[in-house]
Amino acid sequence: MTIERKLALQAWIFLALPVLFFCLIRFYPALESFGIAFSEWNLLSPPKYVGLANFNRMVGDPVFWIAFRNTFLYLAIGTPLSLLLAFLVAYHLDQVRFAHGLIRACYFIPHLTSAVAMAWVWRWFYQPPPVGLFNNLLNAGGLDTQPFLRSTTQALPAVLAPAIWAGLGFQIVLFMAGLRAIPSSYYEAARIDGAGRWMVLREITIPLLRPTIVFLVVISSIGFLRIFDTVYNMTDNGAGGPLNSSKPLVLYIYESAFRSYQMGYAAAQTIVFFLILLAVSLIQLRLMRTR
Amino acid sequence: MSQAALDADQPWRQRLAASPGRVLAWTLLVLGAIVMMTPLAYMVATSLKPPHEVYEINIVPIEPTFENYTYILGNSPFGLWFVNSLVTSTLVTLSVLFFDSLIGYTLAKFTFRGRNLVFIAILTTLMIPTEMLIVPWYVMAKNFGWLNSYWGIMFPGLMTGFGVFLMRQFFMGVPDDYIHAARIDGLGEFAIFWQIALPLVTPALSALAIFTFLGNWTAFLWPLIVTSSRELYTLPVGLASFSNENLTAWELVMAGATIATLPTLVVFVVFQRYIIRGVVLAGLKG
Repeated sequence: MTIERKLALQAWIFLALPVLFFCLIRFYPALESFGIAFSEWNLLSPPKYVGLANFNRMVGDPVFWIAFRNTFLYLAIGTPLSLLLAFLVAYHLDQVRFAHGLIRACYFIPHLTSAVAMAWVWRWFYQPPPVGLFNNLLNAGGLDTQPFLRSTTQALPAVLAPAIWAGLGFQIVLFMAGLRAIPSSYYEAARIDGAGRWMVLREITIPLLRPTIVFLVVISSIGFLRIFDTVYNMTDNGAGGPLNSSKPLVLYIYESAFRSYQMGYAAAQTIVFFLILLAVSLIQLRLMRTR
Repeated sequence: MSQAALDADQPWRQRLAASPGRVLAWTLLVLGAIVMMTPLAYMVATSLKPPHEVYEINIVPIEPTFENYTYILGNSPFGLWFVNSLVTSTLVTLSVLFFDSLIGYTLAKFTFRGRNLVFIAILTTLMIPTEMLIVPWYVMAKNFGWLNSYWGIMFPGLMTGFGVFLMRQFFMGVPDDYIHAARIDGLGEFAIFWQIALPLVTPALSALAIFTFLGNWTAFLWPLIVTSSRELYTLPVGLASFSNENLTAWELVMAGATIATLPTLVVFVVFQRYIIRGVVLAGLKG
């Protein structure tokens, strides 16, 4: 046996178990979920092929569309708001020397915490007086008590707040790395040319941060699309209430599969969910390429 | 990304003079930092308060007590959940470190037919969201009797596409000469990987270890699905169930939340530099 063949054999020995793992635990289940999506299956009786019935049902299911709309709202509010906040902090923190590390740590730590634990802390903050911190503060300032998680209009933003709070530190750290990668000669040249702060920000900083911005937009979009832990733990019985007003797609998938045992319907929704994530990633690839 | 970008702690800018605008910006940043830490501060503080103090707005407990902790450790399986989380997160992390670096090394340092195919296939798995796999995984776990077991909690995460990608990048930077020299010295292929190549990529390994551990420690959706007996809950699942049962006893809920959060804070304090660098290095968490 030649040395090349020996090494190739060795490579496949190293890869044997991993290849098996990725086939059995990633690819096969992914394909299987397509099969399940076309069946009716409650786990007790064998699955029955029903064609597109699950997808048709989805189209006519008002709860699905509410969950779909909510998911979109989480994304549409969460991504721009969190990126704007993160950029503001990063831009200024980058120029700060005094206590820089400590301030950065304070912004970053929430990113590492358990979303479940933090959801419960925030849920407590939102309670009616005299329990919840927010209402106590409002009342102390002479303002009206707010229902927060008990209102169909306020529940979604109330659940979104801790999700934004937890993601901020990650975005700030990446923004700061992006800012530091901009060569200082650019700034010096701009200063010599007499460009003002706004001009520098608009013409140099933001265009050169473009890769970071695109990356963060995609990562946070995917994060908000996948929101689950926070909603499950902040709403009554983890139902995404009141009246589904804060229910995201992943929670509806979870309920379909593991509360009502409609595996086919759940799998069909995961296919739609997968296509949405895929679309977001493909848009990213496009944006990365066009300059 | 350039080295300058990675050196997040290296101030390269010239000293900036203090001006009123800068002082204002600094003050606002500090206020923001305080707001960011408020939920954590209230969580820890309230976990140390006796029940009658919980609704007071003051943050520092007047009569601090460990009562809440002794209560939840004595009256619910928090200790067990902690152990479950610790064992499963540690084992998954060890598996990910071993396999992802072995795969990454093989893909970076061996030439063989099918190499690109394997690499692209593994990268493709990054596009498959967990949410799409939970139904088939559940069915699989049910059929094989893996529900309510450590193995059931762990099996989906034993290797990750992200870790393979990260480790491959780093092994590409290891000079081939080292490996050739070791081969000439008669070292076996696994020994070359284990003794020569692996020690050269410890920064990547430590970043991968930290993020894998934290990711598994805080994981919720899959452990929630795969465990139904209380004794096998992980900490987040146990905390969710405990909190739902003790909805109005916020001091107990906060003690539970603190138990779930404190280890991640300890990890942060100990590995702060690695973590911030790792976030930039890896671009994403887990």
